[in-house]
Amino acid sequence: MLGVFIAAEKQKGLAVDVDGELGVRVAMSGLPELRGSEQDPAAVLVQLFLRSSLSPKSSEEKLIWSGWFCCVAGDDLLEDLPENFTCLPLFLVNGAESYTAIVGSWFQKTFDCCFRRLAISPLNLTWMAAMWTGCKVDKNTAATELLFSVPHLPQPLDISYAIHPEDAKALWDTVQKTPGEITQEEVDVFMECLYSHFHRHFKIHLSATKLVKVSTGIASAHCDGIIKFLQSQYLIGVLMLLTELAISQIQ
Amino acid sequence: MAVLRPFDKLPELNSATILLVGAEGGPQQQLAEAMLREKKDFNINIHLASSLPLPPERDHLRPRIDLIAFVIDIKSKYSLKNVQASLAYVDVRFFLGKVCFLVTGVGRVNSCSVEMNAIWKLGEDYCSPVIFCELELEGIRVATAQRLLRMLQICAGRVPGVSALYFSLLMRNSAGD
Repeated sequence: MLGVFIAAEKQKGLAVDVDGELGVRVAMSGLPELRGSEQDPAAVLVQLFLRSSLSPKSSEEKLIWSGWFCCVAGDDLLEDLPENFTCLPLFLVNGAESYTAIVGSWFQKTFDCCFRRLAISPLNLTWMAAMWTGCKVDKNTAATELLFSVPHLPQPLDISYAIHPEDAKALWDTVQKTPGEITQEEVDVFMECLYSHFHRHFKIHLSATKLVKVSTGIASAHCDGIIKFLQSQYLIGVLMLLTELAISQIQ
Repeated sequence: MAVLRPFDKLPELNSATILLVGAEGGPQQQLAEAMLREKKDFNINIHLASSLPLPPERDHLRPRIDLIAFVIDIKSKYSLKNVQASLAYVDVRFFLGKVCFLVTGVGRVNSCSVEMNAIWKLGEDYCSPVIFCELELEGIRVATAQRLLRMLQICAGRVPGVSALYFSLLMRNSAGD
């Protein structure tokens, strides 16, 4: 049914028509491995394949868009869920924005739900920066980078602050008291050290700006909900955090 | 005289003074204008400062300050730190009802850089009311200006039977419920 909807939308000229293909095939499958614990429901994968117009008989297809619903370690956070209800609060998308809009509107019409970008506040981004800096990674990982946007200026100004990953981890290790546990005070002290170091050199108060993006060796997150996973061993950890954010925004 | 003291100067006839302390670039100017536009039966002086201590050169020209409102923007951690640093320059007797915290920017939870617990703790540590508002919206700005004017009236002693200390206790008890 989703395939029919997409074809109809494309006839209306709402989607970008690149190849003049004959049709788009939709495949939905389950991803039972993508979960945090046994209590989490299995993830659902939706993929869009493009059939090439040059050889309609062949089974050559190109994956043009994929999205998946998942819920990782959401069990403690979703308390009053009625029986037989499955909650998959997080939807991850990889592909063109036009297809995302079409698939999203189909799901909203069919299942009476709401699709929204996961907006990540600067406070949550500082938590991610602290948590991901503390993770053990091998050598040759990317630098820890923080991107700030300066408000109240006639020209938009972005400040990018890059820190060597080992220095960042060393700083976090001196701040964190109990391994495996992070408190708000520790995150505040960590960010305060970074801000005051920057202020000493450039006389700019980064705490008056808005933190919009955090990139570490583990993953990177943007305040508009754009996430990049860089280390597969920490995938579940990052998904757990995103699930928690998604659930808190539903409530 | 770096520290602000509440009763060091004589009050002026039929007037009251409020001091708005908040980081530059904030909504204090517009709030001050909204307060001036309100109908009132006494003169008000509004002083704006980006931080304390106030410059000592003009101290002899300043009237007695009846109410200090510290403006914190939850989108900027710097504004919270600025207020925390300024609090050291306020005499302890001001905290008997003549100080309040105005927290703005609460309409945009997705841009929040300041943790709410830190703000609640600030209000509790300094025994002063915390008023949440969104000063970028015209309607809420006008409503907040009216609230501040009323508080200023009480703090300047212009409402018989209600003292600043009594009023602040009233505000804190109702907030806790």
